[in-house]
Amino acid sequence: MIQLSLLDLSIAALLVIALAFTSARIYPGLARQLLVAALRTAIQLTLIGLILKVLFANANLLWVALMALVMLAVAGREVMARQHRRFTGRWGYGIGAVSMFISSFAVALFALIVVIGNDPWYQPQYAIPLLGMLLGNTMNGISLALDRLTQSAWEMRETIEARLILGHRAEDAVSDIRRQVFRSGLIPIINAMAAAGIVSLPGMMTGQILAGAEPTEAVKYQILIMFLISAGAGFGTLAAVHLGVRRLFDERERLRLDRLQRQV
Amino acid sequence: MFEVIDLKGPQLPAISFRLRAGELVCLSGPSGAGKTLLLRALADLDANSGRVVLDGVPRQQVAAPLWRRQVAYLPAESRWWAATVGEHFPDVQQSLLTELGFAPDVVNWQVERLSSGERQRLALARMLANRPQVLLLDEPTANLDPENIATVERLVTEYIRVQQAACLWVTHAPEQISRLADRALYLDAGRISERKAA
Repeated sequence: MIQLSLLDLSIAALLVIALAFTSARIYPGLARQLLVAALRTAIQLTLIGLILKVLFANANLLWVALMALVMLAVAGREVMARQHRRFTGRWGYGIGAVSMFISSFAVALFALIVVIGNDPWYQPQYAIPLLGMLLGNTMNGISLALDRLTQSAWEMRETIEARLILGHRAEDAVSDIRRQVFRSGLIPIINAMAAAGIVSLPGMMTGQILAGAEPTEAVKYQILIMFLISAGAGFGTLAAVHLGVRRLFDERERLRLDRLQRQV
Repeated sequence: MFEVIDLKGPQLPAISFRLRAGELVCLSGPSGAGKTLLLRALADLDANSGRVVLDGVPRQQVAAPLWRRQVAYLPAESRWWAATVGEHFPDVQQSLLTELGFAPDVVNWQVERLSSGERQRLALARMLANRPQVLLLDEPTANLDPENIATVERLVTEYIRVQQAACLWVTHAPEQISRLADRALYLDAGRISERKAA
């Protein structure tokens, strides 16, 4: 693989700086945001590179687990931040984090132990990137679905209650919303799978090819990842919608919109 | 038969009263007094505390969906979730719809093309199809013309008489109270009091 020098990256950074300068006059705020984001990318990725280097050198289950938990904690925070009307209290964080934990961790373990079959199974070179890709995509699905769920419950509160009044179960009163919400959580990964290889060359596969891997081997890994991601995002979304719907109603099957924060 | 003891909610002061079988009680009071909140609490739609007993059975012993079929609440404005009228009736009684002045093919009508009078009469039919024992009606005739008002009043009083149901009817119209009420209650400043009906 051709090694990239600091100079190479600086030349690429010039493109971002050029974009910032060009747009500074029309969108001054956006230009600043762009530069800050670019800087964050450089710093965050450099740091994670160093951390991964240390982690790869010391393949210890405890360190891998710790890293995984940090990733989960950050992803949980991100899901919460993307909600316009999030659940109040610890539920705002908990529903997303628990759903991601159930789906991403289960799928990652399944892939590492059953499909890849490395020794030891938690070898960080496989475990961390795999979990990272799973969490990233599951996070997208779950945050989309939860946002849609709470927003729809709010907008359609009178229709939901109209059904409760007639003696419908809470489950039935939100069945239509539930279907749409689940769909919205799964659409990104369905689209990604449908377009893979035709419209877009997925990032992981491209990276492996750049690193000198055989394209046919890189493709196999990409297919594996796509399948894992769809399972992770799908089961994660299912779990999040299930927990979210349960939290929307209480034990007397009342619609509890007071458990949602005001729109942020 | 329908007993309410110290029913309280976050914005609802403690209220007690009772309704007898076959009785139509009108409830009035200034806006903001909590009439709608009271009806919602009785139907167990908002968090509330206190004792509500129907025919000797306390509310907490009855599953919420069953309770709401027995103690039926009709909001001032009806909501519809499917495209056609019929989809809102699991097992529609044709006689009920005929009494309300609808042709048999009403089940195929598009909800969005209904007039406000038709909507309200159908919402009433939708509720009565569950055969409730207590009716909680929140200004059911507020937006209706005299002809529709008469139809709704006739249907409700007839239902109460035949089924020996109890009814709490929120209204602001004094002439409606004197026309319908066996008793009249007045809710204001957290107190419920008896008024002369006629």
